[in-house]
Amino acid sequence: MNPFAFARADSVASALTAVHRTPHAQFIAGGTNILDLMKDDVEHPPILIDINALPLRAIEQRGDQLFIGALARMSDIAAHPLVQSAFPVISIALEESASPQLRNMASIGGNVLQRTRCPYFRDTATPCNKRNPGSGCGAIGGFNRMQAVLGTSDRCIATHASDVAVAFTALDAVVHIAHGSGTRTVPLTEFYREPGTTPQVENALAPGELIVGLAIPELAYGAHSTYVKARDRAQYEFALASAAVALDVQGGTIRAARIALGGVATVPWRARQAEALLAGAPATRASYERAAEAALHGARGQGQNDFKIPLAKRVVVRALEMVSA
Amino acid sequence: MSIPVIGASRSRVDGPDKVTGAAKYTCDRELPGMLHAVVVPSTIAYGRVVSIDDSEARSAQGVVLVMTHRNAPVVDENKVGAQDAKLFLLQSDAVEFDRQPVAVVVARTFEQAVYGADLVRVAYETRAPQMDLDAAEVVEPQQMLGVDLRLRYSQKEKPALDGAHTKIAQLYRTPTEHHNPMETHGTVAAWDGDTLTVYDSTQWAFGVRTRLAGVFKIDPSKIRVIAPFVGGAFGSKGTAWSHVPLAAMAARVTGKPVKLLVTRPQMFGWVGHRPQTEQHFSAGASADGTLVAMLHDARNETSLSDDFVEPCTVFSRDLYAVPHYTMHQELRRLSISKPTYQRAPGESTGGFAVESAMDELAYALAIDPLELRLRNYSEVNPNNGKEYTSKKLRECYAQAAERFGWSKRTATPRSMQRNGMLVGWGMATASRGTHRGDSSARITMQTDGSVVLAVGTIEQGTGSPTVYPQLAAAVLGISADLVRFEWGDTNLPTAPLAAGSQTAASVGSATVLAAQALRDRLASLGGKIPAEGITIDINAKVDESEEERYAQQAFGAHFAEVEVDPDLLHVRVTRFVGAYDVGRVLNAKTAGSQLVGSVVWGISMALYEKTRFDLRTGRIMNATLADYLVPTNADIPNPDVIAVEDDDERVNPAGVRGMGEVAMCGCAAAVANAVYHATGVRVRELPITVEALL
Repeated sequence: MNPFAFARADSVASALTAVHRTPHAQFIAGGTNILDLMKDDVEHPPILIDINALPLRAIEQRGDQLFIGALARMSDIAAHPLVQSAFPVISIALEESASPQLRNMASIGGNVLQRTRCPYFRDTATPCNKRNPGSGCGAIGGFNRMQAVLGTSDRCIATHASDVAVAFTALDAVVHIAHGSGTRTVPLTEFYREPGTTPQVENALAPGELIVGLAIPELAYGAHSTYVKARDRAQYEFALASAAVALDVQGGTIRAARIALGGVATVPWRARQAEALLAGAPATRASYERAAEAALHGARGQGQNDFKIPLAKRVVVRALEMVSA
Repeated sequence: MSIPVIGASRSRVDGPDKVTGAAKYTCDRELPGMLHAVVVPSTIAYGRVVSIDDSEARSAQGVVLVMTHRNAPVVDENKVGAQDAKLFLLQSDAVEFDRQPVAVVVARTFEQAVYGADLVRVAYETRAPQMDLDAAEVVEPQQMLGVDLRLRYSQKEKPALDGAHTKIAQLYRTPTEHHNPMETHGTVAAWDGDTLTVYDSTQWAFGVRTRLAGVFKIDPSKIRVIAPFVGGAFGSKGTAWSHVPLAAMAARVTGKPVKLLVTRPQMFGWVGHRPQTEQHFSAGASADGTLVAMLHDARNETSLSDDFVEPCTVFSRDLYAVPHYTMHQELRRLSISKPTYQRAPGESTGGFAVESAMDELAYALAIDPLELRLRNYSEVNPNNGKEYTSKKLRECYAQAAERFGWSKRTATPRSMQRNGMLVGWGMATASRGTHRGDSSARITMQTDGSVVLAVGTIEQGTGSPTVYPQLAAAVLGISADLVRFEWGDTNLPTAPLAAGSQTAASVGSATVLAAQALRDRLASLGGKIPAEGITIDINAKVDESEEERYAQQAFGAHFAEVEVDPDLLHVRVTRFVGAYDVGRVLNAKTAGSQLVGSVVWGISMALYEKTRFDLRTGRIMNATLADYLVPTNADIPNPDVIAVEDDDERVNPAGVRGMGEVAMCGCAAAVANAVYHATGVRVRELPITVEALL
């Protein structure tokens, strides 16, 4: 842990100004991720800009979108009636995340930006291309039981850790970003970057930009959505494999489907091929199994994590069965 | 000689202090002028330190000293007692395991010391660590818990096994596991001239004193060790590890008291762990299930500098009536830190193998697993033929099976289901030898009738300040509230290592004898207490002849229910009933907590715990409590534990056979057997995770 300065911002504009003033300055909201990384010597920002006073906690309907302010806490979102009724998949994904204490602190803007739990990323005694570009990937050939099987490269196989970002990805959520000269929006499906040759670049956020909220467009069958998470223990544990799904079934036929995977990929993983297979198919286990195969198409294990491929397929089937039941 | 059967559910007298923070642990100790030390652990597992750049650290605010192998005082790292570990006290540049101390930074505040430790740059020459059990150097240990292993090793039982009607031969594996008590290790050391006072989170203040005397080559009488409340230990604090003398070395160099706290990631370094084991276990039986032969061949990892035997074979040696039995233990030397005792050493790991194998044998014979155990019940210790002081294992089986509803079990795997879940019922036997050490005690009655009982034992959460006053009060026929307990100081009467479930047998027996002597003295004085009070000093030595005459052992029976998701294969323990034969129960409440704690750990061993190494580098990759899995409340049912009533007059004056560990012995096998019953998949390697069931 390095010495650092601390400043409070009271508006989006002052926060952006403050973070621009010092290179490598970082925002802090709930602090559940950045403080861990600072204690582990992975991150050493010279200054933290506290944004908790910013008016970004709304959870509300804005036209045909559900808007969630970046500083809304995971626990508040999970319990919100609008969320529970329109998009249960979000509530469930949040409730299945972390622990009650962490959910009470963690902001949703921070959640979607959380760093990987890859132990090599977090241990400065080991190589990691994400933490220290060019140093190598310790996880390839090492302890890789928790690592990704989709979206990997020969530079990085780190799993994206968020549960709720998987739900947001399935729901076509849009990230609202403030920067020095205004705001812009990026669909979440285009926000995350697979590691490729630059695993240190994780998303579309430029230095000094601030996520102010997430918008979820209306989805008529959003109420028929769920999140299934397989993990080693019942609570307080990251996914071995998870699936966020929504399903529109009319008279035994699937009209549309949304599927995203977590715990198995370097980014929250939208399974569009699987969705396409389901459109027009009968709502049967056989259809779900075909979709699960398609969702894991191209998956590649590293040895210890080979089991994630069959497990993720089972998770997809389970989730689809649950929402069609 | 008889004392009233006690066992009242007395609440912990120190409970309110512990809950409010008034109870002081080593980490709470503040001394005038005290400095703070933080260890810099190695980041390689094998090699040597080539250079250390401490210039930045030394110039950081508040940093007083950076101690490395270049400037550390010369001390003696070598073992004193047989249980001691080689210490790593900055005496050379050699690195033998991941997170070995390579420097100590001392500063005015803890935060400054942590920061200073981050600034120390260590360059290494790395050598390839040995992390492969199959390729590692083999060590044939001479002894295990006083048993000559070479005499026991024999292949002559093999023909009996080969000729058996039904036999099984399998390999069972258990992983490296780290203790992680809630309170991490910590030491405060202060010199006054050539006398040393140490506050330490330890299971044995007297052992720490002996070790420090050896390290600094001073007389033990010059050292006082104070062990205030200890926030859990489980074997990891049974010996003085390297940080204890390092704190004293730093205090000597700086001339100030020094507090050294071990951080959570460092708990995976030099303070011990349960070694991984590989156990080949074979058993043969006749058609009616009568065991004819057992072969138990166990090997476990040990470190480069120490030989630690995980005594797995004790479980098979001392339990069932089997005419042909042989065992063997060997060690494999890896580039790891020294393994040590972890709650139920040997019987927890050995119990997994033996009790899994008994379940396999039961299925091979088509005999109910409980019935198979009953058919091989041994009325005497099968190893030495001695009569037991008492044995109520039959009652354990009967009471726990009844409470669990075992008779309603259908034997076929996958035959029981509930709400779409596969349901599995498994059982296993618990067994653990009773241990006792010499203990002293001093008891004083004041003229007002109040009593002070003093023993230099420790309080690690087991209830010492609550239970021993109860025991003394029962003998004296007074209220336990009149008896105050003093503990945790080498200035008090000597006590043995608080481990091996032996403290109640040792300290409890000294307490009973002291209280009886006090009662007799009081009677001889006609009930009149002289102005100076009455003080009795007792040295309760273990009666070797009694030890020779009887076998002493605790037993039990575990019954576990699991639910397994048929698709996602997540295993959850949904019900657990255990009955344990532990002799006299001194306090039903604290005893119940001990039994439940053991069961929770047994479930943890079955399903969650494993230290994950990068086998290329020897680096531990899950050295946090987020990544090293232990169960959450949501993973644990409310275990139903029964202590079977038994007034054992023979075992020791306290009448106890040890209850701190027995409920963990065989516990993981009960869960594994339930998983087999639920799924039809036999998992022989712990922990049982989803990949084994796919």
